[in-house]
Amino acid sequence: MIKARVTVTLKNGVLDPQGKAIEHALDGLGFSGVGQVRQGKVFDIVLETSDRAEAEAELKAMAEKLLANMVIEDFTVEVL
Amino acid sequence: MKAAVILLPGLNRDRDMIAALTKISGQAPQTIWQTETSIDDDIDLIVIPGGFSYGDYLRCGAIAARMPVMRAVREKAEKGTRVIGVCNGFQILLETGLLPGALMRNASLKFVCREVNLEVANSGTAFTQGYSQGQIIRCPVAHHDGNYFTDPDTLASLEANRQVAFRYTPDTNPNGSLNNIAGIVNTAGNVLGMMPHPENLIEAAHGGSDGRALFESALGLVDA
Repeated sequence: MIKARVTVTLKNGVLDPQGKAIEHALDGLGFSGVGQVRQGKVFDIVLETSDRAEAEAELKAMAEKLLANMVIEDFTVEVL
Repeated sequence: MKAAVILLPGLNRDRDMIAALTKISGQAPQTIWQTETSIDDDIDLIVIPGGFSYGDYLRCGAIAARMPVMRAVREKAEKGTRVIGVCNGFQILLETGLLPGALMRNASLKFVCREVNLEVANSGTAFTQGYSQGQIIRCPVAHHDGNYFTDPDTLASLEANRQVAFRYTPDTNPNGSLNNIAGIVNTAGNVLGMMPHPENLIEAAHGGSDGRALFESALGLVDA
């Protein structure tokens, strides 16, 4: 079995109102050194295969087909 | 023309849509559950209503867009059948790739439920020919993720091809959409997606009937 993590984040240049709100909230809590916050999603996925290359290809396909919206998001795949 | 309404778990504007189509066409639309894999040949108009399909899990419309019925909708759309997606229905059409772009969280981060003014940006589409070019109509909106976004090239081609069917008037843009976009059509002109709810403004009891001409147009009830 392979454990993997797919991280989906907004593309550069795409406005992230939620990230902005979190940024302001952090500032309100006294964390004054925050330059920018971008919010994303993390998917922890367990695959039955033990073939690393096969897992990576499969995870990439999953991200492109469903986990990320390629219009506004990018993703990274990490086999843990 | 015969209409059908797509049903998915979590949609909640389906009854309003069925009522509007029934009142305007004089015939109850067929209803099609998400697991259906084909849509009858005699259906001329497919409508995907609003709501919160699959609880908006992952992204609004993302799970619904991968259900079997949406493959059937795509096949019909590619053959020229008219398709309307309202609110969550618009989000689903974007997630299937039948329309370009994405709908992001409202710029205010708030759920917005109010009436807006829409400009008919192109009265030459199959869905807007019952309006005049530049006409301002009233329409209710109710959404949290209606902030239309796309890359600059796609935006330029949408504008160049006159694919923007409806725009919010600048003073009533409820969500921060690029170019005040409220509704767009595909390049072939047979698929419309829009955030506002025309089905909720079709008779005096609603306080107005500005939404009626959209369905009359789509159902072929107005002279082109």
